[in-house]
Amino acid sequence: MADLINVYINEVLVSVPKGTVIVDAAKKLGVNIPVFCYHPKLKPVGMCRMCLVEVGRRKIDRATGQPLLDANNQPEIAWGLKLETGCTTPIEEGMQVRTQNEVVKKAQKDVLEFLLTSHPLDCPVCDKGGECPLQNLTLQFGPGTTRFDYNDKQHLDKHYPLGDIIFLDKERCIQCARCIRFQDEVADDRVLGFYERGRTMQIDTLSEPGFDSKFSGNTTDICPVGALTTRDFRFRARPWEMTHVPSICTHCAVGCNLTLGTRRSARDRQWEILRVMPRQNEDVNEIWICDKGRFGHHFTRSQARLTTPLVRKNGQLAEATWDEAIKLVAERLNVVYGHVVGFIGDRVSNEDAYLFGKLFREGVKTTRIANRPHVAGADLVQKYGVGSGTNLGALGKGTVVLIVAGDVEETAPVYMLRLRAAAQRGAKLIVANARETKMDRYAANSLRYKVGTETQLVYGLLNAVNQGSGIRDQVAAYTPAKVAEITGVPEAEITAAGKLIAEAKDLIVVFGDEQPYDIMVNGQYTDAGRALPQACANLVVATGHAGKANNGLLSLWPHNNTQGVFDMLAANGAQWTPADGLKALYIVGSDPIGEGQTLPKSEFTIVQELFLTETAKQADVVLPALSFAERDGTFTNAERRVQRYYKAIAPLGQARADWEIIRMVGEQLGLKWTHYLTSEGVMAEIAATVPQYSGTEYAALAQVTEAWPPVGSNDLYFGGTAYDNRGGVGVQIKSGVELDGQSEMNWIEPPVPSAESTLHVRQLNRHGTLIDQSAVYQPRLIDAPIEPAQVLKGA
Amino acid sequence: MITEILKGMFITFREIFKPPVTIQYPEVKRPVRQRFRGRHELRRYADGLERCIGCALCAAACPADAIYVEASENTDEQRYSPGERYAKTYEINMLRCIFCGYCEDACPTDAIVLTDAYELSAFSRKDLIYTKDMLIVPPPAGKPGTPQKVEEGAYNRSILPEGLVSEP
Ligand code: SF4
Ligand code: SF4
Ligand code: FES
Repeated sequence: MADLINVYINEVLVSVPKGTVIVDAAKKLGVNIPVFCYHPKLKPVGMCRMCLVEVGRRKIDRATGQPLLDANNQPEIAWGLKLETGCTTPIEEGMQVRTQNEVVKKAQKDVLEFLLTSHPLDCPVCDKGGECPLQNLTLQFGPGTTRFDYNDKQHLDKHYPLGDIIFLDKERCIQCARCIRFQDEVADDRVLGFYERGRTMQIDTLSEPGFDSKFSGNTTDICPVGALTTRDFRFRARPWEMTHVPSICTHCAVGCNLTLGTRRSARDRQWEILRVMPRQNEDVNEIWICDKGRFGHHFTRSQARLTTPLVRKNGQLAEATWDEAIKLVAERLNVVYGHVVGFIGDRVSNEDAYLFGKLFREGVKTTRIANRPHVAGADLVQKYGVGSGTNLGALGKGTVVLIVAGDVEETAPVYMLRLRAAAQRGAKLIVANARETKMDRYAANSLRYKVGTETQLVYGLLNAVNQGSGIRDQVAAYTPAKVAEITGVPEAEITAAGKLIAEAKDLIVVFGDEQPYDIMVNGQYTDAGRALPQACANLVVATGHAGKANNGLLSLWPHNNTQGVFDMLAANGAQWTPADGLKALYIVGSDPIGEGQTLPKSEFTIVQELFLTETAKQADVVLPALSFAERDGTFTNAERRVQRYYKAIAPLGQARADWEIIRMVGEQLGLKWTHYLTSEGVMAEIAATVPQYSGTEYAALAQVTEAWPPVGSNDLYFGGTAYDNRGGVGVQIKSGVELDGQSEMNWIEPPVPSAESTLHVRQLNRHGTLIDQSAVYQPRLIDAPIEPAQVLKGA
Repeated sequence: MITEILKGMFITFREIFKPPVTIQYPEVKRPVRQRFRGRHELRRYADGLERCIGCALCAAACPADAIYVEASENTDEQRYSPGERYAKTYEINMLRCIFCGYCEDACPTDAIVLTDAYELSAFSRKDLIYTKDMLIVPPPAGKPGTPQKVEEGAYNRSILPEGLVSEP
């Protein structure tokens, strides 16, 4: 970056960009200046005074404006009379900083002694004890004793629920306001605040219900003391007792990097996940995760999990051995050659989906596999998705992000944080939806269209940009004036948004599926369902924004591996053709009946699942699968970053990983599959045979890069408790355009809504098979799809 | 040579009249030293509450990894110890323990103490995992055991004043 400024920290020269504050500059040099209130992801406030340093600036000759030089031809330095806060003072050219001399050490000792006068010092019962910045900094910089009389300590409430999940210990709080600032600056849920003054200043929640935010758990990480604890983890273990395993969140398509804190209980000899924390990945989730990811892990140890294979005998599902079950499955799949159909959900790993596709292609000799639930446009995202090297955290001036028909916070919560931050850095957001979403707050243009007219709006924008060679004739009809009439969005707004897009250096089009149309009817994708993704792809291609980093399509997929499962099935040539009169139906990780759909008629049904779902109850054979925490695997997130997760806890009962079950079936069918010993082997084959996935071997996925800000390990400065990335940052695979350079536009006639069309709305906290297993998260879950007043109908 | 034999016989003869050093264990037991370290016990406060707050510092200090603690949360309805936290599970594997007493040193509330008892044998290895029930001392005479139902807010500190002074 240009504008580097030279400063001397403890006599050592460091060059950092203009605007950097002293603590950051020092950190770049490996010098720890202790901080409490400062956090590299938040604006500095200078509240705790822990970061005091001695600062000297060059003396400037008033006449010439040049620095005065001393006898040795060195600039003369005027040392400040008072210490300055390193977290709020930006560096200046030629500045000298002392961080370790006697004056500074004395100040650090005094600040710590003062902070500790109102701290209860109950580390033995504190959840943060062992990974606590206050403990660490006191040991390193603090005084060994205090002049304060222990009996004068004030006693405040130690068990104050801020909300349904987060508890506050008012005594431990050191009033750094990190939690408040996180909620205000990062999450934009202004639900916390201070009340009272002086020594009795306390945190409280301002919302009803308390602490009403989807990101509340993050405050417990960045709190530099143990003042904030979660109902989920409170007192469950000391930090040093846990084994920390890198993993990937399975609750949405962002694919946040996680650290699972696990321990084997001596009581029942069972491994369990005690807590979930974010793992730093500056390209994906930075150091944040949403509450669903943090508290939605309990399904891995649910009593309701399937632990043995079940086979229907005399009309009842009864326990069976693996041998028996697999033999039966293979027999039924074999005999009825060609009359078999597969269903696979989009929560399973890439390895599972790949082997499933291969099993059908080579073992069952059919390509009839359906991706469940249906999503439209995965092929377009595969082709025109955001280019490799995309980092939402780097978007700023010159970038335009168009968000159509999706509620980012409800579908991919962490993208909301990142896109909002991008908007604050100067990126322009155009938010188009039939209803108001949180993203509207940060939009340069909010376009509120009538339900079902999103595709017309996109073409209206394209028309305003005045491009689109391949489909020029069709687009020509969608003039802003006409589109304004169809969609109800004022013409001026369409033109303004079009102008933004035309001027954009980088363009990302984010689309969701909040539209009223059915994506699939009778086993065929409908044009109505595909129209919007196609329109978005056309927009990206027509404006020349396909196949480049920070440009392209980004879909708000409903599940964590929608893209990966699609890619794996496509690699095996899987295609869905409707069929009835089936001899066998093989369903992996999907519950169509539970989702209110009907299954095609079949003589024999095989279900591979974690739980005895509605679909599993109807099956003839149920095979118990492993959850993500009990096995290795990879997922492909919405940005097409392939990320690896690791086995963290021991398998439950006899359950086995999906790919392993499929391998057993394959071997029973006579395939020579003995080389698939591990999921790593399967991934190696994927990397070798699927062009887009080249370079995604496990070893490559496990590579880590140095990241800023430094967190975890021995870092005291970062303050909060976050884990650095030791499991790999993953690999963002290339989009189709980057590989073959071919792009084309296609025309699908925009569907026209009827008065009956009702918006399909996605909500994060809907009940579901997995999240229902987390007792701690129950208060947040909602039954109703959306408040009736918001159920939107077509024109 | 004969003198040497007589000398030796004399010593033997002399010892016959001394009291024996062997004792008839187990009927007779030797007193142990004041700082002897034997089987642990978990102490209580005078009002019957458990001292242990489930902080697991003993487990952290233990060089033999013999201790396993799982904590849980007190309520005023069901109070085991003062403050918010108590040990739901507390186990010591006596086969692993080397009786170094580090756990005792680590304990902030003087809950775990090594006693004089040294008769630690059993018929199975499993029986040598001492659970909390085996380790906790009975409540003082006339006091209830745990959990207790207590007055709301009466015990919001993790340590009672008597716990702040280390016992001799
Ligand atoms: S609760 Fe924690 S993060 Fe919030 S002000 Fe207090 S110490 Fe800071
Ligand atoms: S005496 Fe030593 S070895 Fe035995 S439990 Fe205590 S700390 Fe562990
Ligand atoms: S004042 Fe600088 S870190 Fe708090």
